[in-house]
Amino acid sequence: MKKIEAIIRKSKFDEVKEALHNVEVNFFSYWDVTGVGNEKEGHVYRGISYSTSEIQRRYLSVVVNDDFVQLTIDAILKSAATDSVGDGKIFILPVEEAYRIRTGEKGGKSLN
Amino acid sequence: METALFTANNVWMMICTALVFFMHLGFSFLEIGLTRQKNAVNILFKNFFVITSGLLLYCLGGFNLMYPGFEEGALGVLKFAGFGIAAPEGGMTIDYAGGGYTWWTDFLFQAMFAATAATIVSGAVAERIKLNSFMIFSILYVGLVYPIIGSWKWGGGFLDRWGFYDFAGSTLVHSVGGWAALIAVYLLGARIGKFGKDGKPNAIPGHNIPLAAAGVLILWLGWFGFNGGSVLSADPELTSLTLVTTCLAAAAGGVSAALFSNLLYKNFDLTMFMNGVLGGLVGITAGADQMGPTDAILIGLIAGIIIVLGISLIDKLKLDDPVGAIAVHLICGIWGTLAVGIFGAMASVDQFISQLIGVGIVGAFSCITAFIILFTIKKTIGLRVDADEELKGLDLMEHGMDAYSDFRLNQH
Repeated sequence: MKKIEAIIRKSKFDEVKEALHNVEVNFFSYWDVTGVGNEKEGHVYRGISYSTSEIQRRYLSVVVNDDFVQLTIDAILKSAATDSVGDGKIFILPVEEAYRIRTGEKGGKSLN
Repeated sequence: METALFTANNVWMMICTALVFFMHLGFSFLEIGLTRQKNAVNILFKNFFVITSGLLLYCLGGFNLMYPGFEEGALGVLKFAGFGIAAPEGGMTIDYAGGGYTWWTDFLFQAMFAATAATIVSGAVAERIKLNSFMIFSILYVGLVYPIIGSWKWGGGFLDRWGFYDFAGSTLVHSVGGWAALIAVYLLGARIGKFGKDGKPNAIPGHNIPLAAAGVLILWLGWFGFNGGSVLSADPELTSLTLVTTCLAAAAGGVSAALFSNLLYKNFDLTMFMNGVLGGLVGITAGADQMGPTDAILIGLIAGIIIVLGISLIDKLKLDDPVGAIAVHLICGIWGTLAVGIFGAMASVDQFISQLIGVGIVGAFSCITAFIILFTIKKTIGLRVDADEELKGLDLMEHGMDAYSDFRLNQH
């Protein structure tokens, strides 16, 4: 079991979700995050120019069985890319154990 | 005059009264839209206080201080006709005010104007003034200063006799509020973070631009009553001319501010567009019944440019005016008053000098009284909230309340 975390553009979220559904990864969590980076947004307010380094992105967290790991990574790589700076990152983490709370099932079965 | 015409006149004046009342919603929306959400409740509280206390004070003594009935031959500087209001003999008949309106309508229409002067100040001092201090200032300024100045012109006092002209209050309402805003902003100091260590101004963007836009359009609508009612009857020619000049100046002010700020800053700034509309409206107010369409458009176009330069000048002077009240109400108020001597039916060198004298005397009196009131408050109970309160927001610290307690924004 692995946890796959991905930071993606908000505008790419629907495509990533569909790509994950297409490889039968149907369950995942996400939340909106703010980060800093090299990207600057120019603003002008009442004659004063200023820029913010705040960057808005969406953070995905998916836990999958080992045989789904590469499928998931490929799906995100393909659907989240625009080829411009700022497309995001993917991280893979090991997961020790997983339980389904309703039935008490554990391991790979709890994920499906 | 027939009763039917008297009734029609009075109905128009009451509609205008309601429109001027509606302007207080416009001011509220504009002020909270152009400031941060942590101070929205505080600003609304001040606006509620200004309109409610303004009406009560005008009833208590303001009306009788502004329209005391100066005797023939008196200089016409200060007279008080007593506390409270009671309709005089014949006040409800055609004989009162030439059949333009009843005495009750007269009181309420003028009362709606009175509160406007303090509301102008409220926007400029937003996000850092102590609520108690603002309320004390507003009571004294609306209760005493505004009616005394008003009596000099509209009450038949010395400025009126000297030929000064101010149709609906570019000077008597807008610059009276604008001068006090200038003094208050100077004594208060800038909001934390407005000017960097190097002295450069920083942008503190307003939190709700759509609300500010609604406020400006509501103010424009209210101006139909502010200027239209200042005809003081439903005179067909004058009311319709006044509405035409008012709307053309507003439109011209907006367009010129939008284009001129784009020329300077390479950006289409909606807040400048909106301030330009207000600048045009304030600019036409002194001579709305004296101008032709071309005059009105020129006054508006120049007002729009004045707005953009004025806002930048105020930043350069290290004054912090979050909503642009000083540029709109003070600078365009002065411009509009002087414009009566330059454009339209009254244009002449003599008139221009009369206008200049009126602007100077009203400005000096407004500044001196506002300074005395605000400086005394500063040295006694203090004008400004402490830094911790300012950073956390006045809503939480003064009112224990959030403007949007269960509301989340969608970030893109």
